[in-house]
Amino acid sequence: MNATLPTPVRETTPTTDPALARSSNDRPREGDAHIRTRNLQFFYGVKQALFDISLDIPRRQVTAFIGPSGCGKSTLLRCYNRMNDLIESVVARGEILIDDENIYDSSVDVIALRKKVGMVFQKSNPFPKTIFENVVYGLRISGITDRKTLDEIAERSLQRAALWDEVKDRLDSSGMGLSGGQQQRLCIARAIALEPEIILMDEPCSALDPIATMKIEELIRELKKDYTIVIVTHNMQQAARVSDLTAFFYLGKLVEYDATKRIFTNPANKQTEDYITGRFG
Amino acid sequence: MQLHFDQELTELRETLLRMSALAEESVAGALKALLQRDSGIALALQAEDTELDRMEMEIDERSMSLFALRQPVAKDLRFIAMTMKIGSELERIGDQAVNIARCAEELNREAVLKPMVDIPRMADIARGMIRDSMDSLVYAKPDLARQVIVRDNEVDSLNRQLHRELTSFMIEDPQTITRALNLMSVAHNLERVADHATNIAEEIVYLYEALDIRHSDPL
Repeated sequence: MNATLPTPVRETTPTTDPALARSSNDRPREGDAHIRTRNLQFFYGVKQALFDISLDIPRRQVTAFIGPSGCGKSTLLRCYNRMNDLIESVVARGEILIDDENIYDSSVDVIALRKKVGMVFQKSNPFPKTIFENVVYGLRISGITDRKTLDEIAERSLQRAALWDEVKDRLDSSGMGLSGGQQQRLCIARAIALEPEIILMDEPCSALDPIATMKIEELIRELKKDYTIVIVTHNMQQAARVSDLTAFFYLGKLVEYDATKRIFTNPANKQTEDYITGRFG
Repeated sequence: MQLHFDQELTELRETLLRMSALAEESVAGALKALLQRDSGIALALQAEDTELDRMEMEIDERSMSLFALRQPVAKDLRFIAMTMKIGSELERIGDQAVNIARCAEELNREAVLKPMVDIPRMADIARGMIRDSMDSLVYAKPDLARQVIVRDNEVDSLNRQLHRELTSFMIEDPQTITRALNLMSVAHNLERVADHATNIAEEIVYLYEALDIRHSDPL
C-alpha cells in the first residue's frame, strides 16, 4: 500500500479529536513528512524482506512499527540510517528521502547520515568507558576535543535523556556499572549528543523492567518535541502509549498505517485487527 | 485457536442477551398488569427488576475485569465498552417497567377511563425496538439497528397524541384527572423505553462500525 500522511482509509463522521480527523482539510500537509519512503524493496541476498513500502514519517512525532517477528519492521528501521549496509549482499531498491535527499544516493556521506539519524538498540550497549566518555564518544571521533564544549554537551545530553540527576556525581565511573534502564538512557544521551534530527529505536524497552520502561516512555514523549522518533516494538500497549502514528507490517508488506488512536480503536484492515487483538493466524 | 479471552467475551455477551430478554419481558409484564387489570403481575415485576439490577452490576464487574486484565483494543474494546452502556440502558428499561406497573396498580383500583388503543401500540413498537436492537447485535446487522432508531419517532408521536387526548379528558371532567395522569405516566414511560432502545441501537452501530451516530441522522 502507499501511505502518505495519514492514510484516508474511509470516511467517518466528523470528530473533534484531531488525531482521528480524516477529512481532507485536516490532513497534514505533504511538507510535514520528515522521512519519505517510496516503493522500497529490500533483499537479503535472494530473500526479499520488504515489498514496495511507501510511507511518510512526520516530523517531531513518534511513529511506531508493529508486526510479528520477521515482518520487516526492524529491517525498514535500519534502512533509515543505512545500518543494513553493514550486512553483506543486501540490496535496497526504491527511495528513502530525508529532508528531500535520497539517502541511498551514491553521493551520500553515510557517517553524516548516521549522525543525523541516531539509533538506540534493543540491548543497551554502552562502551566499556566512563559515563562521560560514553556520551562524548561520537563527538570525539568527529574531532571535537575542547573540554568545555564536551562538558556542556555531555551535561545537556544527559539532562535531555533524563539521566543527569542520577549520574552527575559519578561521570567518571564506568557506564557498564549502571542499571539496565540507566544504560539505555545513557545510550539515548550518546545518540542525542550528536544533535541528530531523527532517533530510531529498535525495541528499546524489551529488556527493561516496568519502571525503567515507564521512564524511557516518558523520555520519548519529551524527546519528540525536538526529534522525529521511529520506534519498533513488540509491545502493543507500548505502541499505543507512546506513538502518534502506527504502521502494521506483515510478511514484509505495510498492511496499515494510521493514527495510533484509530489503529487501536478501529483499524481498517482485518489483519491489523487480528494482530492487535491477539487473534493472529 | 479458541482464546480464553474469547470465552470470557462470549459469557459477557450471553449475560447481556439474557438481560435484554428479561428487560423486554418486564415491559410485556407491566403492560399485561395494565391491560388485564392484574395487580399480582405488578408485584412479580419487582423481583425481575431486582434481577436486572444484579445483572447490570455483573456486566459492569466482568467488563471492568476485562479492561484491567486484558487491555482490550479495537473491536474487543468497543464490544466491552458498549456492553457496559447497553447493560445500563436495559436496567433503566426495567425501571420504566416497574413505574408502569405502579401506575397499573393505581389504575386497576378505579373504573376504566377509556379503551386502550395507543398504549398497547406504543408498547408493541417499544418492545420490537428492544428485540430488533438486540437482534442487530446477535446477527451483526448495524442496518437493522438504524431502522430501530427511526421507529422512535412513531412512539414519540403516539405519546404526544395520547397526551392531547388525555388533556381534553381532564378539561372536560376533573374526575378523570388521577386516571388520566397515570395513563400519561404509562405513555411517558413507554416513550422512555423506546428512547433506551434507541440508545442501544446507536451503541450497536458504534460497536460494528465505530461510528458515533448519536445526535445525528441515523440513515
